[in-house]
Amino acid sequence: MSENKALLRIENVETYYGNIRALSGVTVHANPGEIVTLIGANGAGKSTLMMTIFGMPRARTGRIIFDGKDITQMPTHEIARLRIAQSPEGRRIFPRMTVQENLQMGASLDNLQHFDEDSRMVFDLFPRLKERINQRGGTLSGGEQQMLAIGRALMARPRLLLLDEPSLGLAPLIIKHIFEAIKALNKNTGLTVFLVEQNAFGALKLADRGYVMVNGIVTMSGSSADLLADPEVRAAYLEGGRH
Amino acid sequence: MAVTQTTEPDSVLAKALKEGLIAGALALGLFCLVVGFRTEQNIRNELILTHRWGLLTIFVLGAAILRFVITYTAPLRAERKKIKRAVAVAKEPSAFRRSFPKIGLGLLLLYPLLVILILSAYQGSMMGGLQASLKYVDNFGIQILIYVMLAWGLNIVVGLAGLLDLGYVAFYAVGAYSYALLSTHFGFSFWLLLPMAGIFAATWGVILGFPVLRLRGDYLAIVTLAFGEIIRLILINWTAVTKGTFGISGIAKATLFGIPFTPGPTGFAALLGLPNSGVYYKIFLYYLILGLALLTAWVTIRLRRMPIGRAWEALREDEIACRSLGINTTTTKLTAFATGAMFGGFAGSFFAARQGFVSPESFVFLESAIILAMVVLGGMGSLVGIAIAAAVMIGGTELLRELEFLKLIFGPDFTPELYRMLLFGLAMIVVMVWKPRGFAGSREPSAFLHERKMISGEFTKEGHG
Amino acid sequence: MISEVQKNASAILRVERLSMKFGGLIAINDLNFEAKRGAITALIGPNGAGKTTVFNCITGFYKPTEGMLTLTRQNGEEYLLERMSDHVITKRAKVARTFQNIRLFSGLTVLENLLVAQHNPLMLSSGFTILGLLGFPTYRKAAADAIEKARFWLEKINLVNRADDPAGDLPYGAQRRLEIARAMCTEPELLCLDEPAAGLNARESADLNKLLLDIRAETGTSILLIEHDMSVVMEISDHVVVLEYGTKISDGTPDTVKNDPKVIAAYLGVEDEEVVELIEKAEEAGVDDITAAVDLLSTEALHEIEETHPDAKPVELIPASTLVETPAAKAPSARKAPAKPASSKAGAPAKTGVIKAGATSNALAEPRGGKPDPLILIKGIGPVNERKLNEHGIFHFDQIAAWKKADVIAAEAYLAFDGRIAREDWIGQAKKLAKESQAKPAPKKTGGAK
Repeated sequence: MSENKALLRIENVETYYGNIRALSGVTVHANPGEIVTLIGANGAGKSTLMMTIFGMPRARTGRIIFDGKDITQMPTHEIARLRIAQSPEGRRIFPRMTVQENLQMGASLDNLQHFDEDSRMVFDLFPRLKERINQRGGTLSGGEQQMLAIGRALMARPRLLLLDEPSLGLAPLIIKHIFEAIKALNKNTGLTVFLVEQNAFGALKLADRGYVMVNGIVTMSGSSADLLADPEVRAAYLEGGRH
Repeated sequence: MAVTQTTEPDSVLAKALKEGLIAGALALGLFCLVVGFRTEQNIRNELILTHRWGLLTIFVLGAAILRFVITYTAPLRAERKKIKRAVAVAKEPSAFRRSFPKIGLGLLLLYPLLVILILSAYQGSMMGGLQASLKYVDNFGIQILIYVMLAWGLNIVVGLAGLLDLGYVAFYAVGAYSYALLSTHFGFSFWLLLPMAGIFAATWGVILGFPVLRLRGDYLAIVTLAFGEIIRLILINWTAVTKGTFGISGIAKATLFGIPFTPGPTGFAALLGLPNSGVYYKIFLYYLILGLALLTAWVTIRLRRMPIGRAWEALREDEIACRSLGINTTTTKLTAFATGAMFGGFAGSFFAARQGFVSPESFVFLESAIILAMVVLGGMGSLVGIAIAAAVMIGGTELLRELEFLKLIFGPDFTPELYRMLLFGLAMIVVMVWKPRGFAGSREPSAFLHERKMISGEFTKEGHG
Repeated sequence: MISEVQKNASAILRVERLSMKFGGLIAINDLNFEAKRGAITALIGPNGAGKTTVFNCITGFYKPTEGMLTLTRQNGEEYLLERMSDHVITKRAKVARTFQNIRLFSGLTVLENLLVAQHNPLMLSSGFTILGLLGFPTYRKAAADAIEKARFWLEKINLVNRADDPAGDLPYGAQRRLEIARAMCTEPELLCLDEPAAGLNARESADLNKLLLDIRAETGTSILLIEHDMSVVMEISDHVVVLEYGTKISDGTPDTVKNDPKVIAAYLGVEDEEVVELIEKAEEAGVDDITAAVDLLSTEALHEIEETHPDAKPVELIPASTLVETPAAKAPSARKAPAKPASSKAGAPAKTGVIKAGATSNALAEPRGGKPDPLILIKGIGPVNERKLNEHGIFHFDQIAAWKKADVIAAEAYLAFDGRIAREDWIGQAKKLAKESQAKPAPKKTGGAK
């Protein structure tokens, strides 16, 4: 594929926690308008890669290029200003702010004139949040917090959306809604999505391309169809739960 | 600032020069009025503005050069760090580091003897050495050990249980006044009053503990701070008992199991047939406080392996999880407060016995802050780290008094002690930048299955009260 | 009022008339259910239905506004949990729990985590610390036993090798297992697990299933679990309770629950049903090898990908300002039009399956007579889908009734419904409704239909 036009390009990145290498020589890219997924076991380094894009932790070697710009050493808040939005692992909503305020925080990178329009979109996606609009984030249930984290990321009108396990702790019906919404956003607006998921089936069905990560190394990549058809991928990530 | 990783010497030099100039300009702006000018009163009580351009220049140049050097060598240091990282993947603690506690303990035990020997050799006479050692044993040894003990006591509350206590000095005061009052009024001996002071302080620890059980973090800190102030204000204002700001003087000294350290015929020196000297009492006090401090350390180490100690640490990590495991967090917190307070009380009664005089002056908030700073700088929960922090902080200020030669440089009216707080602050900033988790940033597990591995500080939590 | 729940000796936990209000918010409303001894009871329901609140009431973290929670221990002792404080519930009533967002002591080692869980017995054997401090042998023995017990559980959860590492250093899945082991170290009779499979992949949740069945078989512990992963719920639970908005909407065996239309509508959606069906089919066909089912599923997924992701999609960078266009944008606007292939608008069926967020052949710019039909009358179309359909120019029953195969594919693409239109026979329903609405004018319908 036209790798040079990639919106996000991660080249040969290595990341360490202390002296422990979490990522080694990771090279992945996401073209504009693509949904790319990263699958792999727990502890493989998927979330680390997500965080490395944001410079927390910094990549020790390699380069991360967003829209032709080297963001490897860029401060995190400036990376966010490039309209890379993230729904991080562990939700990380602002617990003492109301749902509305959390969404405003998400929109703060954008001028607030789109706020009504965008928040309407989020509430359409998660009607539950609308019911809870004046409740503090910390008093929401776990799944509702997850919805809020995704909604907050969407409020920034991102060019690249990083989703770290959006389905975590959500009811099957909501997961479906979210996946539908991601698909719709991607289709209608050309939003580029980088998705980390345990739910390999759902993720591969949604994505255009996928990467498989094992122990901090990308071992396989290809179109979702190829990965779904690959016996190794099936054995490792798709089977097991459906006995 | 997209830092490009150019290693060309030119660009680094240019950057370093620029940063140095900026730092110099900043220093000029900061210190221009504070250091550059000075008002003095002349004989007619008029204020005269004098200027100290020389001193200001030193400050500005110092800042600029320091910044220049730091920036200029940054790539070099980064390179070296990389190499070091690559080499030392899993570095074993060095033999010195592992046996440091033992070496330290040996040194502490021999310290008075070493001081006396060195000074005797220096002065040429045993007696002269003894007299001269007084200062070192008292000002350095005892003073530091009192703070080590206090910091170890506070460590139980802050470092292990994660309860931020800003009023620890109150327990120190309770211990000191218990000894002072009971000894002057009833004539009880030191050895009876020492445990009593501990029990009183522990009781006050529980009394403080009850109202603050539900509080966390900042709120807990504020209430404990208020508690410390309440105790101090009571000591000042309850003049009928405490004699207010005058304090209580003439407190009985401690005895070596009934043998007093007095010049009389029944005194320690006379009994042993030694020449009269105040040094024996100081050496005795030194070993007494050393013993008390070691008791604190021993109890702390033992407690960490007891269920209660583990519960304290678990409480610091996650209180809700503790409750879900059937741990009564109320009693766990109270025992932490009480145990910490008890050691504060012991230290207080020792303090009273050593000084022979107590007044509220000695128990101000600054003391609490200093003790807390030792715990934080040392690394929460680490006994060795805390001891080092205490030695550096207290020893450092004592050392400042000794730096007479500075007067030759800065003029005769330069008093180094006045810079104590400034240096304190600087030292704390430096340590926290360099080692954000304190000197000893790792935690030793209380039990192990295969091997005892140190736990990096990045995993431990500071607790939320 | 007589309780709905029969007094049942085999129940370890009886929840009767449980209500929990936070200010004006009703989190749980008059909930009744029971968990049988030695059984695995699952509590499922949409997010925010109050499942975790139920757990918090059972484990004493919340005091319920109303209701009774009776726990009967093996030895016959009964405890009223709503009257006990949290740590006493664990200590005396022998209820242990895990948390949705894992709450390990991350700075303590794995082993220490398991030792903290044995606090109460160790506290006794150390003579409330005093005897232990003096080095009495009783404590030394108890401590060694505690470590052995920890080792037993570490072997169970396969973490013996990491016993001396900080718990915060473990990967996510291992942390989940450790939390379960830690809860088990309190020797509970009822183990409450809050989303134990969240964040686990298929293989790990299968291992979790094994672990939970193993725990039950070996220790006889009853398990109450909240879970969204149906592969866990449907496979290991004996009994499922479904909550929505704090009330029970279904209660029974996994089979009855998963076929309960209320549950499907509120919680499961269709896809999971589909998955379960597929697996069942595979099982019925005697294919005990799971790969068959996976094959079926992946083939289907592949098929879908081919349809919805035409290869070599031309991609261009879209300026950020126009990037996020909400799917909720009202009424198909002129801005949107160029994005859609003109051919499908003109009515040419999309042969190759190249269907973008496009409309179906008979899309209208706006409803005839300015008033759309209530599409939600078709079973399977909810308000969200109705809006989506409207956005794509579908306003009337007869439009749906006239759909051809290509249109169905097109509609499914933007609704992201896989085969549901055919399965629920939208076209047939729409035909009927279209006839009805033609037969009688709308105002009469409301009055005369009944």
